[in-house]
Amino acid sequence: MHKIYRVNMTDLTVKVEPVPQAWAGLGGRALTSTIVASEVPPTCHPLGPNNKLVFAPGLLSGTSAANAGRFSCGSKSPLTGGIKESSAGGTASRIVARLGIKAIIIEGKPAGDTWYGLVVTKDGVTIRPETETIGKGNFAVVQSVNQRFTDDFGVISIGPAGENLMAIANISVKDPDSRLRSFGRGGLGAVMGAKKVKFIAVDPEGVTNLKLADPDKFKAANVAFVQMLNAHPVTGQGLKKFGTAVLINVINEAGGLPTRNFTAGQCAHHDAISGETMYDTIVARRGQPSHKCSLACQVQCSQVFPDKDGNYVTSGFEYETIWALGADAMIDDLDVIAALDSAMDDIGVDSIETPVMFAVAMEAGVLPWGDGRRMLQLLREDVTKGTPLGRILGGGTAHVGRSFGVTRVPVVKNQAIPAYDPRPIKGIGVTYATSTMGADHTAGYAIATNILNVGGKVDPLKNDGQVELSRNLQIATAAIDSTGLCLFIAFPALDMPNCLTAVIDMLNARYGTSLTADDVVALGKQVLKVEHEFNLAAGLGPETDRLPEFFELEPIAPHNVKWDMDRKELATFWNF
Amino acid sequence: MLITVKLFATFRQGRFKEDRRDIPAGATVADVLASLAITPPEVGMVFVRGRHAEIDRPLADGDVVSLFPLVGGG
Repeated sequence: MHKIYRVNMTDLTVKVEPVPQAWAGLGGRALTSTIVASEVPPTCHPLGPNNKLVFAPGLLSGTSAANAGRFSCGSKSPLTGGIKESSAGGTASRIVARLGIKAIIIEGKPAGDTWYGLVVTKDGVTIRPETETIGKGNFAVVQSVNQRFTDDFGVISIGPAGENLMAIANISVKDPDSRLRSFGRGGLGAVMGAKKVKFIAVDPEGVTNLKLADPDKFKAANVAFVQMLNAHPVTGQGLKKFGTAVLINVINEAGGLPTRNFTAGQCAHHDAISGETMYDTIVARRGQPSHKCSLACQVQCSQVFPDKDGNYVTSGFEYETIWALGADAMIDDLDVIAALDSAMDDIGVDSIETPVMFAVAMEAGVLPWGDGRRMLQLLREDVTKGTPLGRILGGGTAHVGRSFGVTRVPVVKNQAIPAYDPRPIKGIGVTYATSTMGADHTAGYAIATNILNVGGKVDPLKNDGQVELSRNLQIATAAIDSTGLCLFIAFPALDMPNCLTAVIDMLNARYGTSLTADDVVALGKQVLKVEHEFNLAAGLGPETDRLPEFFELEPIAPHNVKWDMDRKELATFWNF
Repeated sequence: MLITVKLFATFRQGRFKEDRRDIPAGATVADVLASLAITPPEVGMVFVRGRHAEIDRPLADGDVVSLFPLVGGG
């Protein structure tokens, strides 16, 4: 990948630039965070002309490496006010990489009301005024691009929520079936909307195979890598069959499933919303229990969930989404949950932030607990149209909490806490508190070691060893996020020493480098430090590395524990 | 002693979701596994009353034993 595309939305010009030497060894999150940290003033308004939206494939994207289809998107987040990197599957990353594009940087902001659609090609980017899809949902945008061009085009788009500049807005990426994957967290859809970009179509014409420094070594390492992905029970069988929703029962048994706006750790109707029930339902309705979100994925953790009549309802039906709607917001009907997942895809809102926001709204009395139909109405009418209530909801969990005087507001750095209560799972609490991304479970997935017995065992109910665990995972994750590999490769990587070796061998075989495991760790540390410095300069000081007060005051059943980690111990996270 | 055994994911195949059963005093998690024809390498997690337990853990009256194969997610 040898070129950078810069799209200036202020004067509607495009530049094709060579890759600066300083960026040559970077990809994915390492690249987006480096670009954002060096080119975006940390105190800029995220919706203003000085913020930038950076898309970058990972270091292995575009090759035949298994599970290398991830795409990174970085910016200053309108939700957290700090740096943000989000990662998505879909087909775009592979096309962009194989067009030789290392990053697409969208900068500036148009003056008027005109919307635009961008078309990325092997030669550059064309910027065209767009009217047809404005106001429409992401499914319609993908269909429109497919029809205007071809089905082979990659598509990146925003729904009405992004057009409305809402902090809950995400960015969608087309998957191999023309359905949707998401750059979910942090309101990136609002940044794209502020720059008046409705979609980015990616023309695959002219893609070439990427040149490998050592093709034989690459192939051998990939073969070994695939073997390990298939051999590990999580990536080889568990995720393929039950998807991530298998965790509903796991986390419920562990007493850490946040229920009814984080007031209990177990949900009475857990069975109705479990991965096992989802699997049985899909099979009975002749849907697809296994499904891949991008080419060359070995794991296939996605699925296609139909309604009673066998019609498509949703795919990529995730644990986080099902937890948030089913347990946190108390909806006990998997079909209603699936309809909401699809609606959130279409309207283009984060399926973690949005239901967690609604649970706070339920506590405030805005709608009844568990009322999925009212939630759907509020999404399709108020959020989509941008009514005053819709804009309050569209501001996210903390915004709703503040607007209605709720104190039980589960956010860190203004971003909603995901599907694991930190009180009985202390390791993930450290990650939530310290991650540069705000409350983010993937940033340092301590669940693996606190709950799943992957990569060792650390007692989730004790503070001992949690800061070190989270630190090591956050560093490793920042590195993996830069490779374009799906984070689920971490399961075999944590349990099989040869797995990381295979990944490093592929990197070296691709680029002709001699990287070692130490270099990978160094890259991860470098990424976290760059992000941390940006956040400090943006005004997210050390006092933002903490959990909301209510976790310290309210014990959670069944284990009846509070969050009690010493603030000084938590602060040692940054000692590296 | 009376315990409850809960099975999840692929462990349910050919077995059950939840079962209350009488076991002899001094019985361990390993004994329960053996009675279900689940071998230790297949086991991902064991919870007893919602806390992690090792396979050699002796059980007490009223214990709830939750058994999972190796699973993961995000």
